[in-house]
Amino acid sequence: MSEQKDLNHQLNLRKQQDENQYLTFMMADEEYGLDILAVQEIRGWEDVTAIPNSPNFVKGAINLRGTIVPIIDLRLRFGIQSISYGPLTVVIVVSVQIREQQKVMGLVVDAVSDVYSISQEKAKDVPDFQDSDNGQYVDGLVNVGEKMVVLLNLAKVLDLNSKQVAQS
Amino acid sequence: MSIDLSQFFEVFFEESFEGLDAMESELLNLEPGTEDKETINTIFRAAHSIKGGSGTFGFTSVSDFTHVLETLLDQIRDGQRDLTTEYVNLLLKSVDCLRTLLRALQAEETPDLEEADALRGKFEAILGMQSASVSDDSSSAAAEVTLNTYQIDFKPKPHLFKTGNEPLFMISELGELGDIETKAFYDAVPDIHQLHPDECFLSWRFFLTTDKEQRAIEEIFEWVEDDAEITIGVCGGIFEGERGAVSEESEQQSVHKTPTPTAATGSSPATNKELVKKAESKKSSDSSTSNSIRVGIDKVDSLINMVGELVITQAMLSQIGEQEITESTITALQEGLAQLAHNTRDLQENVMRIRMLPISFVFSRFPRLVRDISQKLNKQVELKLLGEQTELDKTVMEKISDPMVHLVRNSLDHGLEIPEQRIAAGKDPVGTVTLNAFHQGGNIVIEIMDDGQGLNTEKIRQKAIDNGLIQAHEELSSDEINELIFMPGFSTADEVSDISGRGVGMDVVRRNIQALNGSVEVSSARGVGSTFTIRLPLTLAILDGQLVQVAQHTYIIPLISIVESLQIDISKVSRVGKDLDVLRLRDEYIPILRLYEILNHQGAIEELDKTLLVVVESDNHKVGLLVDDLLAQQQVVIKSLEANYQKVDGISGATILGDGRVSLIVDISGLIKLSGLKRPGSQELLVEQHSNEVA
Repeated sequence: MSEQKDLNHQLNLRKQQDENQYLTFMMADEEYGLDILAVQEIRGWEDVTAIPNSPNFVKGAINLRGTIVPIIDLRLRFGIQSISYGPLTVVIVVSVQIREQQKVMGLVVDAVSDVYSISQEKAKDVPDFQDSDNGQYVDGLVNVGEKMVVLLNLAKVLDLNSKQVAQS
Repeated sequence: MSIDLSQFFEVFFEESFEGLDAMESELLNLEPGTEDKETINTIFRAAHSIKGGSGTFGFTSVSDFTHVLETLLDQIRDGQRDLTTEYVNLLLKSVDCLRTLLRALQAEETPDLEEADALRGKFEAILGMQSASVSDDSSSAAAEVTLNTYQIDFKPKPHLFKTGNEPLFMISELGELGDIETKAFYDAVPDIHQLHPDECFLSWRFFLTTDKEQRAIEEIFEWVEDDAEITIGVCGGIFEGERGAVSEESEQQSVHKTPTPTAATGSSPATNKELVKKAESKKSSDSSTSNSIRVGIDKVDSLINMVGELVITQAMLSQIGEQEITESTITALQEGLAQLAHNTRDLQENVMRIRMLPISFVFSRFPRLVRDISQKLNKQVELKLLGEQTELDKTVMEKISDPMVHLVRNSLDHGLEIPEQRIAAGKDPVGTVTLNAFHQGGNIVIEIMDDGQGLNTEKIRQKAIDNGLIQAHEELSSDEINELIFMPGFSTADEVSDISGRGVGMDVVRRNIQALNGSVEVSSARGVGSTFTIRLPLTLAILDGQLVQVAQHTYIIPLISIVESLQIDISKVSRVGKDLDVLRLRDEYIPILRLYEILNHQGAIEELDKTLLVVVESDNHKVGLLVDDLLAQQQVVIKSLEANYQKVDGISGATILGDGRVSLIVDISGLIKLSGLKRPGSQELLVEQHSNEVA
């Protein structure tokens, strides 16, 4: 009964406020969130074909039902120490609009965590990173219960033509 | 029970357009004096089927027109008449005209008959010259036949014009039967504001005195029976008086009559026609991107075979599924699954191939285009088509055709000189335009070459300065100057003609090609000719590839660029400069590119004598690619790496191997650039410069 109530409550909340759903995943004990509408599927890690002369965070490309999809290690993208891939390592396949082109890419993360509804108002809350490199990739920081979730701006994270990439 | 004929219209149109294409290409093959009977037969048959089909479906405008055309062809076929260039031109024009008519009918519009009638007039004039003597005889023989006067009431329904009929023609045809008096009733014509230009408001009464039978009159109105009220009766001499009155009346009315039919048929003819023309051009561009595809029967057969195999494999697997699981069933299951995977892959590959069409579909329109333009320009041109069987994706093909037309027109107009100039320059008076298509790496390359005067760099430079595209003091290399022709608003033609010269050309060409992720370049030598090179990626194309191993990675080298593969004889290798090895191979120096180095892979074999060298050729340069091993050769379907990632230097695309893994296709010219063998902008490899120095 209480569950039902809870659900109703949540549904009402969604109606009342403009809420977006976010898929969250774990990386180096931090929880990050992506707009769930961008997520196409979640896969296990599989071997990739290396792309020569690519930045280190581009692990390679896989065949996703006939399309060539590049795989990006988010740890390396953010300059976090990489870990060896294990059975829990997942690839989140996302479809993002980058510079007017719809691209499908895979993101290697430690583990998938949860789905949250977060109001847009709350999500807009961007702290001042004072020009730090990784700051531009963040759309906002929100607290869900005890935890803090970093909401990512996928279009920026995956834009490989940006200046930061060229430098690295 | 009546059959709804409209369900067959689409087939009829498709067949007719094919027939017209066949007629056109055969006509172009016809050389007056040396005509081949079979060629004329082919043209005749095509015309005949169009006539038959259009007659069946009630497209009288088409069948009537084809009829005269057929009569002329028939006479040529029977040797009553010699084929002249004039006839060929006329026939070609009528092919165009028929195409327009059919397109209009296909779009369910009223076809514009003006051109058709003009052409038909010409045909009839030609035919009339000979048949005149025959008809003279018959008319004198029929002189004794009694004259009858018929009263004909012709009241068309408003939609008459929409069915493609024109009363004026029927009236003039009536007039040919004998003496005719006409009375027009225009009381039904509404106020100008309510007047629909495409509806018929007029009706007529004719008094026709003729020796022909009533049947002849009925025949004229046969096609409009359902679209008009027609009464035909014999009235003899009794109505003499009334007829007189009528004729007076009609004379009075004729003053007003003149403007009415114009108003009825198409209020202001000019604007109306223009609208039709516009609509037509829109339609034709729509129809050129038709959404049907013609597939060779062999491709379909192989698909059916594969589906058959798939069904057998499926039956086998389901049988195994019903058995108890033992060691042996597991082995059988594994085998079955492997077979299934194989079948599926084959099937997928073949389905992909359906979309691939030989480029001859685009090339086939050029012989006509070149013929027409060269006649207009008084130039003698020979068109050469090479690589017509090169396959490319249908979508790409549809979009490349317009830019190509533009480039060919340009070559004819600006590139080739008139015969006198060519003779003066010591060239063959007949200019050559060559279209060549081939696969190179992951690209299809289309070259449009002419042996004309080449680009005038001085003139281009001057024009660019005049147009403010560059500053007068800017120093530009000739390649850079040639690039300027692709700038918007650039044209060096002294006079704007309808062939080219409006300056909206080359930049549009480049933009269209870039929209396909391709590129277009020009190279030109003054007095020798120019070559436009279009490169297009074949996202769906199939390529014969050689799989090679570099460290633990598998790469694909396009088979077409491979000259040979060999083991290196270490004694013939010498070191040039700091770190470049060169192999002497039969009087040639082949620079050795270490693939693992260029592609940045660890763990490859580095000793030259333990590896294999794949000698490849690109842009007239031979280089050797060092690989660990040669693997299988197979056809691969090229996939874009850029679609989801970005351009990778030295890689032209990706493909999926048999085991489902991704493999990358190397781009030879990109590799050469990456290796630093070629200085940017230079045409020669550094090694070649070295060897030149040695020599």
